[in-house]
Amino acid sequence: MAESMRDTEALIQEVLEVYPEKAKKDRAKHLAANNHDLESSKKCVTSNRRSLPGVMTIRGCAYAGSRGVVWGPIKDMIHISHGPVGCGTYTRAGRRNYYVGTTGVNVFTTMNFTSDFQEKDIVFGGDNKLEKMVDEIDQLFPLNKGVSIQSECPIGLIGDDIEAVAKKKSKDIGKAIVPVRCEGFRGVSQSLGHHIANDAIRDWVFEKDDKKRNFESTPYDVAIIGDYNIGGDAWASRILLEEMGLRCVAQWSGDGTISEIELTPNVKLNLIHCYRSMNYISRHMEEKYGIPWVEYNFFGPTKIEESLREIASHFDDKIKEGAERVIAKYRGQTEAVIEKYRSRLEGKRVMLYVGGLRPRHVIGAYEDLGMEVVGTGYEFAHNDDYDRTVKEMGNATLIYDDVTGYEFEEFVKHMKPDLIGSGIKEKYIFQKMGIPFRQMHSWDYSGPYHGYDGFAIFARDMDMTLNNPCWSSMTPPWQKEEDKSQAMAAE
Amino acid sequence: MPSVMLRKGSDGKISFYVAKKDLEETIVSVERDDSDTWGGTVELSDGSKYYIDPMSPPPEFPTTMRFKRC
Ligand code: SF4
Repeated sequence: MAESMRDTEALIQEVLEVYPEKAKKDRAKHLAANNHDLESSKKCVTSNRRSLPGVMTIRGCAYAGSRGVVWGPIKDMIHISHGPVGCGTYTRAGRRNYYVGTTGVNVFTTMNFTSDFQEKDIVFGGDNKLEKMVDEIDQLFPLNKGVSIQSECPIGLIGDDIEAVAKKKSKDIGKAIVPVRCEGFRGVSQSLGHHIANDAIRDWVFEKDDKKRNFESTPYDVAIIGDYNIGGDAWASRILLEEMGLRCVAQWSGDGTISEIELTPNVKLNLIHCYRSMNYISRHMEEKYGIPWVEYNFFGPTKIEESLREIASHFDDKIKEGAERVIAKYRGQTEAVIEKYRSRLEGKRVMLYVGGLRPRHVIGAYEDLGMEVVGTGYEFAHNDDYDRTVKEMGNATLIYDDVTGYEFEEFVKHMKPDLIGSGIKEKYIFQKMGIPFRQMHSWDYSGPYHGYDGFAIFARDMDMTLNNPCWSSMTPPWQKEEDKSQAMAAE
Repeated sequence: MPSVMLRKGSDGKISFYVAKKDLEETIVSVERDDSDTWGGTVELSDGSKYYIDPMSPPPEFPTTMRFKRC
């Protein structure tokens, strides 16, 4: 059921109606009906602006972008949440980036390290505490390969010199210590945190690493960039790349290590999955080390096929044949998946609201199952993301940037999608409204969804959610229509 | 004077990227673009214009340079 341009625009107007004049003007710029005729998304959606005070935004902070997204998954480093205890505690292990190793011995991803600032640290500064903490960490966890200092808001406010501490202690313990200036108040969303984290890798990991490394490279070395291994995503992707003959030198940063990161400047091609969070470092590597990068999409067989061929086109015939071999090998498997689920999902309408890449990347996977994405939006995208999204979405579908809690609910009430994919904060609201919901940040405790193996799980999960018998039990028996008429007859 | 990252796309066009401004456009025309000089006024796909002193020999892409708005 395709909406017409006029319907979509009327819906936006109707939803905006309740806002005061100024807020209405501001929010109107972030909502749009998709239009393929526009050559640039700038003409329809404004993005990466400060959220409107007074509304419920779904965004996070720069610290979340750095600690949670980019640095957090690097497993053999210890990431200190530097500042008061809350920021780290409430976000600990929420992202489900899987890894191998023995937690607390040689890997530390799900652990929470914090300097637990007290009043006295705010008044007198926390640099001494930080120094002591690094010593303690190195004593208690001697197998750590380095430490990153993730600044929370107060660090920037009181003006601590974490760079000086990092330099000093790095000499003392002989390991990398990376200070990251990702205080939560910087920027408008977690997006600036990604950028700051990328810059910290550039300045504190790459620059330091000038010594020639003993690295035997092959012509088929690649790095997976921007895959956080949610539920094992990066593993499901890596299998395909290796099967086609490539060698994955590094995973950024799901199940990744600091030494993989240091070795990345030796690869031949960088493969970017999440463009938003890691395009900065890829651009840097292109400029400094001459490594080209290519964006790819491993959601759903159509996109996987396109991406495998695109990646192979950067290599010789051996890899090109490898790509075809992989595509052929999994064809039977995906056809069986589509055959099994398509009839149960065909024609269902989906609304998405997620983070950096999924609002556009998963569209293909839904379409492979015969479903239609009727609305999509990003928490923290920039214009270049919307430029890439406009092409993927149907004409006149709804696009919403930094959607507010109220707008999202109203849109859903009007558009009545069959399935919503968004985050944990949205989940229970929509489930209580009786609408099937998948949490598309952490895959709702499932996954992986990347690659051919992931597609099978994706299809099963969507079916399991959408066709779950619980949705027909949402109305209690005494409120059901037929019961009412029966009750009336009895009277 | 924004610092601009320039890179050649697979289609041979040069993309003009300003991270701070969240601007990613392609260059549609360059005032001087021959075998020994590159630069002058550049026009982007959104119609805006930037200036850089012509340089010879032409730069190797990708690279980062400072442009003036005009
Ligand atoms: S905004 Fe500041 S205080 Fe809040 S979670 Fe982020 S870093 Fe912590």
